[in-house]
Amino acid sequence: MVRAARILFLAVLSTLALAGRAAHAKVTIRDDRGVTVSLDAPPRRIVTLLPSLTESVCAMGACDRLVGTDRFSNWPKSVEALPKLGGLDDAQVERIVALKPDVVLASVAARLMDRLESLGVRVMAFDARSRADVKRTLAALGQLLEAPGQADEVWAGVERDIRAAAARVPAAARGQRVYFEVDPTPYAAGPDSFIGETLRELGLRNALPAALGPFPKLNPEFVVRTQPDIVMGAEASVADMAGRPGWTALHALRDHRTCGLPLPTYELVVRPGPRMGEAAAALADCLARLPPPASTR
Amino acid sequence: MTSDAQRRLRLAVGLSIATALVAVAGMAAGGEGWSPARLLRDLGTADGRLLVFQIRAPRTLGAWLTGALLGLSGAAAQGLFRNPLADPYLLGSASGAVLGVVLVLAAAALGGHAISVATAHALARVGLVGAAFAGALVGVLLTLSLARGAQETMHLLLAGVVVGVLLTAASDLVTNAAPDALRGKQAFLLGSTGFLGWNSCAAMALGLAVTLPAAWRLARVLDALTLGTETAASLGLALGRLRVALVAVIALATGLAVSQAGLIAFVGLIAPHLVRRFAPARHGFTLVAGAAAGGTLLLIADVLARTLIAPQEVPVGILTALLGGGYLIWLLRKRRPA
Repeated sequence: MVRAARILFLAVLSTLALAGRAAHAKVTIRDDRGVTVSLDAPPRRIVTLLPSLTESVCAMGACDRLVGTDRFSNWPKSVEALPKLGGLDDAQVERIVALKPDVVLASVAARLMDRLESLGVRVMAFDARSRADVKRTLAALGQLLEAPGQADEVWAGVERDIRAAAARVPAAARGQRVYFEVDPTPYAAGPDSFIGETLRELGLRNALPAALGPFPKLNPEFVVRTQPDIVMGAEASVADMAGRPGWTALHALRDHRTCGLPLPTYELVVRPGPRMGEAAAALADCLARLPPPASTR
Repeated sequence: MTSDAQRRLRLAVGLSIATALVAVAGMAAGGEGWSPARLLRDLGTADGRLLVFQIRAPRTLGAWLTGALLGLSGAAAQGLFRNPLADPYLLGSASGAVLGVVLVLAAAALGGHAISVATAHALARVGLVGAAFAGALVGVLLTLSLARGAQETMHLLLAGVVVGVLLTAASDLVTNAAPDALRGKQAFLLGSTGFLGWNSCAAMALGLAVTLPAAWRLARVLDALTLGTETAASLGLALGRLRVALVAVIALATGLAVSQAGLIAFVGLIAPHLVRRFAPARHGFTLVAGAAAGGTLLLIADVLARTLIAPQEVPVGILTALLGGGYLIWLLRKRRPA
């Protein structure tokens, strides 16, 4: 009899517990690896290992839930005070675990996901190459933070800013072919990269064919042969171009039709996150300053 | 049975023909891949000629020169250490060059806004090449001083390894403090022939013009060393001094090559091997033919790098490693008793 009562008691207790858990919103999200991550509750302690993810979390008003970021995250200002936990290749596992994050947000290229997961840390990995990827990542984060409305709002803001920037692009710049250098090796942004898509929204064409993929490493000679109308890249890369063998033949360099972006602007443009609208505005600013194409002078 | 003289002649003719063929192929291998018809069209237009003569020609010649410097210093290093596994990077030059490059990259990154764009620009242009070259020489000087000269090759070898480890640690430390330098370092480690211009060619041609005759004159020392240190000393050779001279040749040739094209793998190791295998000879021949073989190898790798997935590029260092590794595997399988 006593035994039966005990069983009944336990059954009631576990039903109550289950009901309690169900009342507590359970969050289940599939990340870009195809891994389904479920949390018992929206995360309160978040570690981000990519600047664009840090920015996305903050754009959704959840900056105060961040307990640590990678060393490159520097926007908004407040994240600079957080513990810096290394980069994708050399993140500090011990410090991350010690921060007891509810979830770690990383890129699919991060090396230590398995290590973190084997230590019981939840990891969500995202892969942002195109604008659709960025939108998807924002939506997933909105679900994670239980703020889907916020995600929609952030994305709508991005699109609105890009449209506004596109409206400011001078007519002379429209249809111009752009070479956007990501790394002086040279790696460039192809039409299907999120940078390429922003350029297209601004009414520009890409000097590279889409077949090369989002971020191809090019033969330097190919760049000179394509003769882009406008050259964009980090300030230091653009300054370096005239010194490369044969690159003085680039009409864009000769005519000063270049956008050498200062580091903060460059970071803005190469991060696939919620500031893509701002990035488009910065590019539109540069386009407005460019001298007109030589053919129309 | 073929005499050694015939084999040497064959190797020389073979290398010359291969170099000529690949050089022509290289001139026709442009941004869109391999196309002789396109080359002919390009030669007809001003823009095309500029591409061919300002980019493709110096790149092709530069790849050959880089390979030749590496082949020469590899042959000299293998003779000096009497070890077929020695390569030109052994004396601390590679790690020194990396440290030099990383320091310049980190200075630009750490300085940030304190350094004006023009300064960073000047630093990056003259700085990277100069720093790599200076770093390579400093690395070798450290090795020499640690080994107290070049009296004992074993000391020299050990000192080279130690300096290599320490300088690599130092550059890792710098990149740890300034992670922005990581990508530049990675690019330098892979090596690249993409941006070799006429200036690079002039510097390397001058270097080859100095180091090749110097190595040729030192070849008899290497020949004497094959008989053993004592025999060589009994021939009246001032071994210590002559070995330092050899080290200087290796350092200069290697430093020039890596400062222009980064750490290109395997060419310095494989080129002298190829030469010795096909035509065993005194060191005078091995040094010169090693340079020619190195040039041909890197030229082949460069043309492949440009054409395989044009207009994209495969980093040339990956191809030299594949070609070199493939050759070694072939060699190992061939030697296995049937």
